[in-house]
Amino acid sequence: MTSTLAPRRKRSTVVRPGDRIFSGLSTSAGILILIVLAGVAAFLTIEGIPGITASPDEVKSGQSFLPYVWPLVYGTLLAAVIALLIAVPVAIGVALFISHYSPRKLGQVLGYLIDLLAAVPSVVYGLWGIGFLAPKMAPIYQWLESNLGFIPFFAGPASATGRTIMTASIVLAVMILPIMTAICREIFLQTPRLHEEAALALGATRWEMARMAIFPYARSGIVSAAMLGLGRALGETLAVAMVLSVSAGTVTANLISSTNPSTIAANIALSFGEASGKTVNALIASGLVLFVITFLVNFAARAVVDRRKDFSGAN
Amino acid sequence: MTTLTPTPESPGNRGAVDVQKELYGGQLPERAPLLVIGAAVVVAAALYLAAGVNLMLAALVVFAISLALPVWSVAVEGRRKATDRLVTVLVTSSFVLAMFPLFSILVTVIGKGTKVLGIDFFTFSMRNVVGEGGGIYHALVGTLIITGAATVISVPIGLFAAIYLVEYSEGNRLSRWIRFLVDVMTGIPSIVAGLFAYALFVLFFGEGVRMGIGGSVALSVLMIPVVVRSTEEMLKLVPNELREASYALGVPKWRTVSKVVLPTALAGIVTGITLAIARVIGETAPLLIIAGATDSVNFNPFDGRMASLPVFAYASQRNPGIPPEFSIDRAWGAALTLLLIVMLLNLIARLVSYFFSPKGER
Amino acid sequence: MAKSIDVSDLNIYYGDFLAVEGVTIPIPAKSVTAFIGPSGCGKSTFLRSLNRMHEVIRGARVEGKVLIDGQDLYASDMDPVNVRRMIGMVFQRPNPFPTMSIYDNVLAGQKLNSKRMKKSESDDIVERSLRSAGLWAEVKDRLARPGSGLSGGQQQRLCIARAISVEPEILLMDEPCSALDPISTSVIEDLIHELKAQYTIVIVTHNMQQAARVSDETAFFNLSGVGKPGRLIEVGRTETIFSNPQDPATEAYIQGRFG
Repeated sequence: MTSTLAPRRKRSTVVRPGDRIFSGLSTSAGILILIVLAGVAAFLTIEGIPGITASPDEVKSGQSFLPYVWPLVYGTLLAAVIALLIAVPVAIGVALFISHYSPRKLGQVLGYLIDLLAAVPSVVYGLWGIGFLAPKMAPIYQWLESNLGFIPFFAGPASATGRTIMTASIVLAVMILPIMTAICREIFLQTPRLHEEAALALGATRWEMARMAIFPYARSGIVSAAMLGLGRALGETLAVAMVLSVSAGTVTANLISSTNPSTIAANIALSFGEASGKTVNALIASGLVLFVITFLVNFAARAVVDRRKDFSGAN
Repeated sequence: MTTLTPTPESPGNRGAVDVQKELYGGQLPERAPLLVIGAAVVVAAALYLAAGVNLMLAALVVFAISLALPVWSVAVEGRRKATDRLVTVLVTSSFVLAMFPLFSILVTVIGKGTKVLGIDFFTFSMRNVVGEGGGIYHALVGTLIITGAATVISVPIGLFAAIYLVEYSEGNRLSRWIRFLVDVMTGIPSIVAGLFAYALFVLFFGEGVRMGIGGSVALSVLMIPVVVRSTEEMLKLVPNELREASYALGVPKWRTVSKVVLPTALAGIVTGITLAIARVIGETAPLLIIAGATDSVNFNPFDGRMASLPVFAYASQRNPGIPPEFSIDRAWGAALTLLLIVMLLNLIARLVSYFFSPKGER
Repeated sequence: MAKSIDVSDLNIYYGDFLAVEGVTIPIPAKSVTAFIGPSGCGKSTFLRSLNRMHEVIRGARVEGKVLIDGQDLYASDMDPVNVRRMIGMVFQRPNPFPTMSIYDNVLAGQKLNSKRMKKSESDDIVERSLRSAGLWAEVKDRLARPGSGLSGGQQQRLCIARAISVEPEILLMDEPCSALDPISTSVIEDLIHELKAQYTIVIVTHNMQQAARVSDETAFFNLSGVGKPGRLIEVGRTETIFSNPQDPATEAYIQGRFG
């Protein structure tokens, strides 16, 4: 080392070029992410607006935008909500099993197994749904129609192929299960040990302990897990596109028939290839609607998570 | 659950008996759960093998018989314990239920997919193929190029953004927004990412544009947030003491980050990136929109349609032609290939984090 | 090559919070100066301000002067990175770089700054530094192994070797033995004795016996209450401070009545 501390050149503030470049790169990468997100919204809007304002005879569907998109929104919400109704209890059960009912070491392995479900590509889910699940479900729908046909959901006529919105929802439920399980599991494991032991010391059974200590602590976490799952279900494309047998413009509560409403995402996937002109714009506009819906759901979910972070003693 | 009425047989010894009853009384034998489950499985297996009941129904039978456990418990142990046992049965069954699709998918895809697998399947494209034969070479090439380009775009952006969040932002308002929006971005539907890429490319190349690189852009939108999140977690795990040690040696910040922090977190970062690749390599919807489908090999991502494995699987199932079975077989073959690639990436990710994480840290 | 340090009227702030107030202290060259005092009295903060390491924490700033051979460390044109090359530091917990071998750890100061060296030259530096740190005999056969595989005491000596391999003028030690067992501690203390022939050493310790054993000069820091800034109470020859302290607080602390 040199034995003098005198800087070789006089500078008022010392910033090394390496530091400037590196921090500049990092900061711009961060800002770029904001720009990309803004870009997604902006480009969808730019290309979507001609589709929203297009007159009915300019698009393939022969409808103006609102009547065109409404059944799709309905189908999207219906499929996602049913998927959520199926997945939430199962996810809570699985998470509880992994976190508190199975031995600790085994729990980690079981967690990996559930994570594997998340790794399966959606096109594989689609193939499985149409090639395996739908045929297996068809007789069940037949049975539901003849025995529970008085309930509007099962009014029938039952689909012979099993390619119904119910089947699509089951596939969606399986697909959103891993992320919901992962979040629930994390939160269950974070339950303060003291609360659990306090409950057990009062003579609670394991279930009473879960109700007294775990669930109150994990409630907002479960809510946000459900909302994140909902976001995924709303946006899932291929599995629905492959499984569902659609009739355009349907709005029905019937879950087991062969005339089903499509979802926004599936409709885009199915129609985009042959679309041209204003029809493309209309599809992009419907994508914008989907973007807004999922953005709001995710935004709310993350906001719940973030608020929870501030109030939980875990940090 | 317990009764405090004195037992007439031993009036002098009442207290002891009560305590004993309270502690031990009204309990199912320790092996009761095993017994019930065992019986359920035996009955279901008998039905499945002998009567040919389908698997779903057999599973349902196991579940129904398991419910005998809480019923038995009500009689012997009282309501509280019975409820506990009922919940245990439900929680365990929910796990088994969740495993069912996983195994079903694996069995189905492997069963139907292995039929077409062979050297030809991986070395031939679908050009001029009608009916039997043909392969996924073009789709494999397309998937590798598109995903590779997406990785090249996403990794630097994601990496530097994570570095910004952990090393440079010092928790300012901008970083909080970035973090929040990255979280929101992980929820963008993949098809919306595809539409974004299309809307972007239409501006430059006109209507009906189809390009491999567009697919890469769409996949990057999905991949960047995953890379940012996982890298950020890994950088946070690097002990601050190492940064201080480096600063104390007179090392500037950028060299500290690039030569101390990044190498220390490298295994974790590579794991995260591998998992991110595994996540996007199976994406179908955005490629369907912007990369399209073709039967020929295309090595140039900037020129026209480019096939990819997931889109190939989808299209083969959707438009099988006549006769349909060959095309459907190819769809399963492609799905199996894709599944194997994804599982392999997951395995690599786990191995990297297992073997290359710096050891000996406290 | 060792240099003396002259601190005059130094205030250290974190944001608006005044952590250390009005420290004036001369630190002689080629000697060991120990800082003692109760927890939170600012002795570590003050130590870190001597090579501008406290600036790593956001909002940290100082008022006053730290002169090394007459040059102010806090002059506006002074680069903290160069300051730290001149003034080495050893931390409370041994922190060798886990991704580097023992050899590379010793050379970390050069390698991280991408200084080009001949193989023979770097071998020399490694051997000389490890010998000075009293570690050469123990590790010379496994220089390519990771540094994190050593015992805690060896790791700490490796960190000392790393600090002196860049040939600093001054060595700062922030409770270097607090994470070590008694035997390793005694090895390090012997090492400090040997190193003071070449370096100006400043050591923070919460162990008064250690201060008495290793240091020539002792400075006692204290704070008058919670939320109040830490101050230098008195400084002098170690024998004097321990046998005949001027300030009643120093005496109380040394006799173990608080702390």
